[in-house]
Amino acid sequence: MTDIQASMDVLPGLDPRAPLLQINDLHVEFRTRDGVAKAVNGASFRLSPGETLAILGESGCGKSVTAQAIMGILESPPGHITRGEVRYRGVDLLKLPEHERRKVRANKIAMIFQDALSALNPVYTVGFQLAELFRAHRGMSRADAKNRAIGLLDQVRIPAARARINDYPHQFSGGMRQRVMIAMALALDPEVLIADEPTTALDVTVQAQIMSLLAELQRQRNMGLILITHDMGVVADVADRISVMYAGRVIEEAPVYDIYARPAHPYTRALLESIPRLDLKGHQLTAIRGLPPVLTDIPSGCAFNPRCRYAKDPCLQDPPPPAYAIAPHRTARCHFFREVLGE
Amino acid sequence: MFRYIVRRLLQMILTFFGATFVVFALMFANQDDPIQALAGEKPVSASLRAALTERYHLDEGFLSQYWYYMSNLLTGDLGVTLTGRDISALLAEAWPRTLQLSLMAIVLAAVLAVTAGVWSAIRRGGALDNGILAFTLLLLAMPIVVLAPVAQLVFGMELGWFPATASREISFYTLMLPAIVLATTVVATQLRVTRTSVVENLRADYVRTARAKGLTPRRVTWVHVLRNSLIPVITLIGVDLGTLMSGALVTEEVFNIPGVGFNLARGIRNEDGPLVVGFVSILVIVFLVVNLIVDLLYAALDPRIRYE
Repeated sequence: MTDIQASMDVLPGLDPRAPLLQINDLHVEFRTRDGVAKAVNGASFRLSPGETLAILGESGCGKSVTAQAIMGILESPPGHITRGEVRYRGVDLLKLPEHERRKVRANKIAMIFQDALSALNPVYTVGFQLAELFRAHRGMSRADAKNRAIGLLDQVRIPAARARINDYPHQFSGGMRQRVMIAMALALDPEVLIADEPTTALDVTVQAQIMSLLAELQRQRNMGLILITHDMGVVADVADRISVMYAGRVIEEAPVYDIYARPAHPYTRALLESIPRLDLKGHQLTAIRGLPPVLTDIPSGCAFNPRCRYAKDPCLQDPPPPAYAIAPHRTARCHFFREVLGE
Repeated sequence: MFRYIVRRLLQMILTFFGATFVVFALMFANQDDPIQALAGEKPVSASLRAALTERYHLDEGFLSQYWYYMSNLLTGDLGVTLTGRDISALLAEAWPRTLQLSLMAIVLAAVLAVTAGVWSAIRRGGALDNGILAFTLLLLAMPIVVLAPVAQLVFGMELGWFPATASREISFYTLMLPAIVLATTVVATQLRVTRTSVVENLRADYVRTARAKGLTPRRVTWVHVLRNSLIPVITLIGVDLGTLMSGALVTEEVFNIPGVGFNLARGIRNEDGPLVVGFVSILVIVFLVVNLIVDLLYAALDPRIRYE
């Protein structure tokens, strides 16, 4: 096995000064028997080292598909990336041959998944699944790889790591399992970590522990973290910036405080209003009316228009609203963002 | 684990008595005159008839005959055939041949089924997958009473690739053609089960994780997917092995292999009650033990299974 570290440096066009991760105009569609489902329709964002970007949206808005496209683990067929770029340090990953791409996974960009029980292989010990990374990517011996695996379990604070290394995933509790998942993602010191709903399957106290562990590890390693979630509560605590996705587009992007204080897109605003709040106890909770669009048949113009209380004629017309720059580092795809902001 | 094995063994005792009772009843209770059957066309003298009646307890009821037989069997005495040969010796001679034949067949079938099944699953919908589907359908539709003689005719006689019959000289080579024929009876089902299981597992979340870890597709399939997919296949292989070991009647008949199935077929033809019941009783035990081992193997493959 060749030294992956050495061969990574010769990735054609790799520029250490280029942005860590930059996604430009990404389009993903699923070609199924019922038609073409356009899951991602021009998503763009960027991530810097040490930064946490939250991608927020309802199920089916394209956030997980975006993550899988970045990782290059999209099931294909039926999934196809039809347009766009995924630039890691200047290198467009989508243009790399598969064997080069494979070296980027886990080494440079790693991912943790929602349900650790199904995401871990049930018939192998966690030690095997961790050590496998060192053996496959670094060509380490069995004993060395095992020691590294124990070290990793220690880092994610699993008690008695040396003994638990020989346990199977089903022998861990939900929170501990997610820690194993995190250990596995961090094994090869990636620069980017994508966490796809990392705490959704956990109960609330464990959620907080996992999130603070993630935040701590991110700080230590100065990693870029993409946090995919539908939970606005989780986002508020840890994210630096938020990208809100709807029907495969980033409809609003802003620093976290700005978006909570003054949302610029009607959808973001509606999302915020639908969070239950203690000070509004006894009031009727506002829900967003209607359903998210069917991806095989996305409305023309702004995809949110059928559910939007600000919608007027221009919203129904193609092309969809462009990303209006409404402040430094802030964009919103709404023709009437001023109205929404309350200006 | 220990308690599980004990419980299974207790269940096996019940199954064993049930199965032997049925076979015993079918063989003995239905005979009009076993002594005349034994003697064939020749007349039997009254004194000989009395002696034989005494020896086989023929004047007593069916239940006590079963009782006498079982108590002999459980002390290791399988008795003698109607032609006076020692059944234990006969079994000891026939058994290794059948064992070799069935092991060869099961290894052939399992290797082919798993490799082709995985390939077919990876390239599902492709030409290879469809070709394999058609091939398995053909095999499933082909009864062994047709397949065995045809294979013997084509590959044994016309082409001369293999010896047409095995008879006494049992070797790897002489058993090859019969083993292939025998394998065709089980390979199709095993292949389809492997394919389905692999297709199912390829969609599992842990496969996505394995790919996100930057593992090669080969490693993802043959290390991560395969072990999960094999769990149902192993059960099937175990049941098949039990079936094959308990005698491949037609195949051994056609290829003239003096194994368990061959002897059993002869015993049935000659209405040789002691031979049939003796053989079947042992086969029932073999079948039960193989199935127990398969169930224990389950736990080795799938750590989530713990027997209590």
